[in-house]
Amino acid sequence: MWEYTEKVKELYTNPKNVGKIEDADGVGYVGSVVCGDALTLYIKVKDGIITDAKFETFGCGSAIASSSALTEMIKGKTIEEAERITNSDIVEYLGGLPDQKIHCSVMGSEALINAIADYRGEKPQVEDEPSGEIVCHCMNISDVQIREAIHKKGIVNIDDMMEHLGSGTVCGTCIPKIEDIIEEEKGRCSVQTDRSCNDSMTNLQKMKKIEDVINNVIRPGLKRDGGDIELIDINGDDVSVRLMGACSRCMTASMTLENFVQEELRKSVSKSIVIKHV
Amino acid sequence: MRRDVYLDNNATTMVAPEVFDVMLPFLKDRYGNASSMHSFGGNVAKDLARARHQVAELLGAENDYEITFTGSATESDNLAIRGITSYYKDKKHVITSTVEHPAVLNLCKQLEKEGYRVTYIPVNSDGVIDLQQLKDSVTDDTAIVSIMHANNETGIIMPVEEIGAFLKERNVIFHIDGVQAAGKIPVDVKKLNCDLYSISAHKFHGPKGVGALYVKRGSRMRPLIFGGHQEKSRRPGTENTAGIIGIGMAAELALAHIKDMPHIEMLRDKLQNSILKTIKTSTVNGLNVPRTPNTLNVSFEFIEGESILLYLDKEGIYVSTGSACSSGSLEPSHVLRAMNIPFSKIHGSIRFSLSRYTTDDEIDYTLQVLPNVINTLLTISPFWDNEKKEGKNTIE
Repeated sequence: MWEYTEKVKELYTNPKNVGKIEDADGVGYVGSVVCGDALTLYIKVKDGIITDAKFETFGCGSAIASSSALTEMIKGKTIEEAERITNSDIVEYLGGLPDQKIHCSVMGSEALINAIADYRGEKPQVEDEPSGEIVCHCMNISDVQIREAIHKKGIVNIDDMMEHLGSGTVCGTCIPKIEDIIEEEKGRCSVQTDRSCNDSMTNLQKMKKIEDVINNVIRPGLKRDGGDIELIDINGDDVSVRLMGACSRCMTASMTLENFVQEELRKSVSKSIVIKHV
Repeated sequence: MRRDVYLDNNATTMVAPEVFDVMLPFLKDRYGNASSMHSFGGNVAKDLARARHQVAELLGAENDYEITFTGSATESDNLAIRGITSYYKDKKHVITSTVEHPAVLNLCKQLEKEGYRVTYIPVNSDGVIDLQQLKDSVTDDTAIVSIMHANNETGIIMPVEEIGAFLKERNVIFHIDGVQAAGKIPVDVKKLNCDLYSISAHKFHGPKGVGALYVKRGSRMRPLIFGGHQEKSRRPGTENTAGIIGIGMAAELALAHIKDMPHIEMLRDKLQNSILKTIKTSTVNGLNVPRTPNTLNVSFEFIEGESILLYLDKEGIYVSTGSACSSGSLEPSHVLRAMNIPFSKIHGSIRFSLSRYTTDDEIDYTLQVLPNVINTLLTISPFWDNEKKEGKNTIE
């Protein structure tokens, strides 16, 4: 049983502003029947002020209460004032929501954003549902978003992930699941995108990786320009190489090294790699 | 007039007054330890032996020592499956179904992490597991097959007797999770040809915190926990005497009241048929297959289960739902999903589960309240309007 506040109970039992506005100036729709909650918000605007608001909700008690609260909160406000309303304001109005029900208030603020966008003749700002499986139900964050953050932003620890996406910041029950996803993705180093790979590699793996990248990526590139490269030593993140052939006498040797070799190794192995020319 | 109508008996049941009465002395004066050499404790051992016999009778076990008391059905399930896999170390395959209780499913997921191969047998759209696929999945590497007798959400009864006969022939160990069957339908472990059978007291008017596991004579398994000689070291730890006395009495009563089941089934069918007749957006899950006589799982389309539950709660009617919103995990029912029921119907699913204490009046009251609740929620729903235009009406 969820611990609902009296305000929430009052609003789901006797919701205010239920229904449609046939000649609405803005309609915002979020959610779907598949994910288990959906909300349609109708607003009527006159001289920049929201004169009426109604809603239809498919959802649980807190979804009904959040929708009802939202309509009460925005009536009489200017569009600009309404725009500043966040999901936290809805939660506050309700006297709090159970952690796992915070997403109901998020749905409310998203419907409002979409309704205002519709009023202004813009496209909906908030997509129905992120693709993938929802991991953090409080903040409505999917595994796809988490995986993306790992690979594109190089986020490989839970604290950074919480700061970056907000996932796991409410009830926290999804934290082990997020950590599992991070572990899983770290293992996929063939993706070779970022420092997540570096962090999970042993020294030996890293050295092999550097050798691989030099032989299979960098050398073919240099050879096209009539040059070559030899790996001399690896000491931590310091990689010593010698340029040969056309490259060795080239005035732009240092630039070549820095721009090309170092870039390649940083991209594929570790962001902290430093190339030394010997 | 508001009243309390408890229709969530698959979640837990009222402790029968007779059960309460026999337990009470063991929480007060008769606190002796059954292992003690003196008569104050030793006499308690006699009562425990009687309880063991009562449970053996309920399950049709040949010998009382085939009953091991545990702390819950979850523990019984774990002891059964892990007890077997840790004895037969060379066998690395487990078979179960997609609609099992989390007590079995999550244990199987853990076994997978530990290197086991687990086959999850699917169910058809009626909710019954695919017998042929189960048969085809058995290999020489299969350590144990674990299938529920009846499903907790839908009441659907699985073909455990056929499975038992097949596995006996193949010499594969068979565990039945009988939590939702014991006390609702006749159980005979010999006829079912199972090696292990799990039950929980609080599902048949016994106390919480006590379960039992039937372990067929001669079975080889290892314990989950280690300690003293209690329960023949299969489940060590000083006995929960009051609880065990409680499950014993509850088992005796359940066996005696099996004859009441046709009456409960009649009440269930009355509820079911009346809902189907008056609420056009309703469908019954598991309508075409044998179910436990007390269980009714209904989907109400276009509205969400938790809100139905809360509106009924306000009227004093207590049910449960397979909706995502009301589960702690926020995942919709895995049982209804396995049956390929569309999400729109899963989110609006409600389980009514009756008991021998459910009255005709209570069903009438529920039928009086329910249509209004459904109607109110339909007026709030953004999905209902379109359907209405197409001429679907709800209440007649």
